[in-house]
Amino acid sequence: MDQTAAPPEIVPDLPDPFDGKYPIRVRGLRNVFGDHVIHDGLDLDVRRGEILGVVGGSGTGKSVLMRTIIGLQIPEAGEVEVLGDTITDARDDADIDIRSRWGVLFQGGALFSTLTVAENVEVPLREFYPEISDDLRHEIARYKVLLSGLPAEATSKFPSELSGGMKKRAGLARALALDPELLFLDEPTAGLDPIGAAAFDQLILKLQQTLDLTVFLITHDLDTLYEICDRVAVIADKKVIAVGTIPELLALDHPWIQEYFNGPRGRAAQDAQARHDAVRATLSDDGRSSPDPDGA
Amino acid sequence: MQFQRYGSCVALVALDDLPHEAGKMRELTDFQLVQSEGGSTSTLAFSGPMTVSSLGLADARLRAISDSFSEIDLTGVTRMDTVGAWTVWRLSRDHDARIIGCSDEAQKLVDAISKADSNDHSVRAMRLPLFQRVPEHVGDVMLGLGRGMLQVVGFLGQIILSSASLLRHPSRFRGKALVHQMELVGVNSLAIIGLMSFLVGIVIAQQGAVQLRQFGAEIYTVNLVGRLTLRELGVLMTAIMVAGRSGSAFAAQLGTMKLTEEVDAMRTIGVAPMEALVIPRIAATMIMMPLLGFYSAFLGIIGGAFLSSLTLGIPFFTFLTRIQEVVPLHDVWVGLTKAPVFGLIVALAGCYQGMQVKNNAEEVGARTTAAVVMAIFTVIVLDAFFAVFFTNIGWG
Repeated sequence: MDQTAAPPEIVPDLPDPFDGKYPIRVRGLRNVFGDHVIHDGLDLDVRRGEILGVVGGSGTGKSVLMRTIIGLQIPEAGEVEVLGDTITDARDDADIDIRSRWGVLFQGGALFSTLTVAENVEVPLREFYPEISDDLRHEIARYKVLLSGLPAEATSKFPSELSGGMKKRAGLARALALDPELLFLDEPTAGLDPIGAAAFDQLILKLQQTLDLTVFLITHDLDTLYEICDRVAVIADKKVIAVGTIPELLALDHPWIQEYFNGPRGRAAQDAQARHDAVRATLSDDGRSSPDPDGA
Repeated sequence: MQFQRYGSCVALVALDDLPHEAGKMRELTDFQLVQSEGGSTSTLAFSGPMTVSSLGLADARLRAISDSFSEIDLTGVTRMDTVGAWTVWRLSRDHDARIIGCSDEAQKLVDAISKADSNDHSVRAMRLPLFQRVPEHVGDVMLGLGRGMLQVVGFLGQIILSSASLLRHPSRFRGKALVHQMELVGVNSLAIIGLMSFLVGIVIAQQGAVQLRQFGAEIYTVNLVGRLTLRELGVLMTAIMVAGRSGSAFAAQLGTMKLTEEVDAMRTIGVAPMEALVIPRIAATMIMMPLLGFYSAFLGIIGGAFLSSLTLGIPFFTFLTRIQEVVPLHDVWVGLTKAPVFGLIVALAGCYQGMQVKNNAEEVGARTTAAVVMAIFTVIVLDAFFAVFFTNIGWG
């Protein structure tokens, strides 16, 4: 399946209280730290059901953008609308309903260190739906942990007993605890080995397809961009300078975009993707012949 | 057709008793158990949304169903998420029932969930039954006490070795850190220790005077205040205050540095944490304790003199002159000898507990508490030994 060629315009099968095509809309965002301007006049739309990759050099404010969208950072100017609610003028108690409809995976997992993995997953359930019985809540926590690709034994472990990759998976399980429509991921594959990173990419893609998620994904990982992102937003010069599929972005001649995708690492990821596509094409051509691992 | 209703008749329920939901209405899952005419098969028919927000109240009634059914009908379901899919999957597994009327979306979810069924693996951390847990805990505590003693002695040994190597290479000594810690431990606590000692001096003089008045020996209030503060209370109270202020701070600082791997980073750069972190703190406390102890005794005497001049008719400066006559000099030495030892204990407890922190943030709190308790307890026990010791060598 070629993710990059045709960004799917998802028509939700299930009726939804918010029927907008854009779960996230950012208009004229301005963020300032001291006298350092991070964003100025930043606009961004995220389509329903897509995986949007957000890239940009270090310090261009990718994480700040995410924190602004989820209401952790109050912008100096501009408007952020999430799932039909305007976050930028919502007060804490007013946007609680929205909070139950998104999940956030922070860079280090941000698991509560005194709770086990399953108890971490139970925290949002307990907070938002206290009427759910202990039995059901434990069951939910268990299957979420398994859905996130952790072994069943991990449920009773503490975060300090987990490896970096397992912490991210546990964080993902907690982000998915309330079956959110929106998933925010801050550098999900940073710090993972290539095999773990590829597996995490596939996990995100699978979950996104199964659960019908809209994913806002900050990443530096070019393989992730090629492998799972429907569209990519590039942040530079304090705003989003381009949004589109990777071929569309490559057609632009912005120096940073060219350097990013056509630098040595960008080329390598591009070649890997080409090999990958070739293998897939062969597989779909001659039925169930065993895949050639090198794709030669 | 025979109907047996388990579900609620109204799908909309007021949610006033749930937090965040006061005054709001939420659509809830509804279901009913329908028996076919022959009575051979029965169907559990769901309607409404089956999501995390709607299933909570229906779940208990679903679990209570004891009748068997062979089909689960999802035709009436408007919305489903993984919690709904889990519920359907669990029912079909437990009752060996077929799922019918399932939309493609729902089928996808149920398939995904069925692969994530984990045979009831525990959600909590491993926990033994009570009758095993209590003896185990008692054993742990006893062993921990013994091991802790050994480790503290070992830690003290490390400090002595590091100090010795610092004496040989004085250039490695961190003067700035020492001065900084002296400020934190000593200078910054002057106000609170001064106030405390002044007030205790007043209390001793006042209470002493009340008792001594019965023998007409009020003038001995001077002896009482002078000897008590210089010999015992000045240093002891200071040690307790420093344990609460600085010992706890040492444990929390070092513990947090352990958690964030700063201590490990130091080691890899070639900076010995003993020299950079522990020695300056211990040295600063040992230097400041005698000064603070003497300062505390001094203010205690001032407090006593102040009260005496007000209520006993002993003029302020007469009180101070009497102090010189009735307090033997060795009382000052007793206090000043104990002070650095108490300082060592307080700083040692703080640094030792701080360096033992691992795993999580909760441990920092536990270790900080342990540091203060250990310091105060040891100081008081040692003070008793000192009292006997000094009396026996003739400094009574």
